[in-house]
Amino acid sequence: MLRTRIIPTLLLRNESLVKTVKFGKFTYVGDPANTVRIFNELEVDELLFLDILASRKKHGPNLKVLREVADECFMPLGYGGGIKTFEDAKAVFDIGFEKVAVNFSSFENTTLINDLSKHFGSQAVIASIDVRTTLFGRKKVYTLGGKKNTRKDPIIWAKEAEEMGVGEILLTSIENEGTWNGFDYDLVKSVTDAVSIPVVAHGGAGNTEHIHKVVTNSNASAVALGSMVVFQKKGMGVLVNFPNIKINE
Amino acid sequence: MIHIIDYGMGNLGSMRNMFKRIGANVTVESNPAELAHARKLVLPGVGSFDAAMGRINESFGLRDLLEHKANVEKIPILGVCLGMQLLTNSSEEGELPGLGWMAAKTLRFPKKDGFKVPHMGWNVASPVRKSPLTLEVGKEARYYFVHSFCVHVEIPEQSIMKTNYAGVFDSAIARDNIYGVQFHPEKSHRFGMQFLKNFSNL
Repeated sequence: MLRTRIIPTLLLRNESLVKTVKFGKFTYVGDPANTVRIFNELEVDELLFLDILASRKKHGPNLKVLREVADECFMPLGYGGGIKTFEDAKAVFDIGFEKVAVNFSSFENTTLINDLSKHFGSQAVIASIDVRTTLFGRKKVYTLGGKKNTRKDPIIWAKEAEEMGVGEILLTSIENEGTWNGFDYDLVKSVTDAVSIPVVAHGGAGNTEHIHKVVTNSNASAVALGSMVVFQKKGMGVLVNFPNIKINE
Repeated sequence: MIHIIDYGMGNLGSMRNMFKRIGANVTVESNPAELAHARKLVLPGVGSFDAAMGRINESFGLRDLLEHKANVEKIPILGVCLGMQLLTNSSEEGELPGLGWMAAKTLRFPKKDGFKVPHMGWNVASPVRKSPLTLEVGKEARYYFVHSFCVHVEIPEQSIMKTNYAGVFDSAIARDNIYGVQFHPEKSHRFGMQFLKNFSNL
């Protein structure tokens, strides 16, 4: 059996790392290269970088920062944010990242996912799905950092993304993100039931039980951690760390 | 000097970075005339089998050069991930014959409940016989894998590491100067670093 991947997920805002709560309320975490050096020493399973301004500000990947990151890292690396074209993605791969996450771009450029998975392999393409519950209690896919409601159902979009050739889904619950209160277990379960590719659960992890639960009950293949790996505890200061969690071993 | 062969298939930056980190003299090269000077070669690869073999066969002079390096000069050559699969005779992923430098086949993973394909993530690769490549890798070593097809050797002595995922497959292979590894040493922290160190010390 594989170890369940535990993936520190770091949010880039301009040249800095920040952590958000429900996609807002930024706390400064540190400098990307320094933070990554610590994760490298902690020998984490994988790292994911999400540029939370790239789509909204319509700039592509910040290759300078990503290059600094890749030079330090000897673990799998993923990047998401502002990938609109094949060339954007290729530049990120060339630096030494092995996965890119796409969301908004794939609505504008419907062949992008297909082109990327054909050329780089489906394992290199992640569909990033940010979900918010509307006032009517329905779960919808949002883009542009949680600003825009696409009115799309996350399960349908996950299935479409799988058909287009993505190898993995990063499923983020906007309401739960940064709260330490646990994942949206039903949302994760509904998507893992609908697709056969791995689903990475993201948003809300606050302790080891949350992680066990989303893996065991909601069948998440991997877990993305934000607050837990950059703060000491809820409401406390920055401390880059990696919890010792063993699942399936 | 270690030459990483750039034939348009995948991600060479991280491989170069790790060799640099261990102090090896390394370069990424696509031109066969330059590759002719190599004392060691790394054949990386991400993508599909036929696309990769097609590029090797069609890049002017590349196939001949590789054959010469491997079978006449007999310099150490390390195939990584898809690059390892290319060393075999054939793959269930494609129609084209492989390089055929190893008596081995690349097969699909068997279908088994609970084992998603691709095999993606950290897994164990256990050394099964002595090889310079597995020196001091340690018993608890774990490595990062991403692949949908896996190699099975025909001559048991040519397997140097084995991994279990929906069945046992050969995760590292060796014959004389030819080496192959299924996982990504360049993405496997100090465990992979030791492996590449061993290759650069050959």
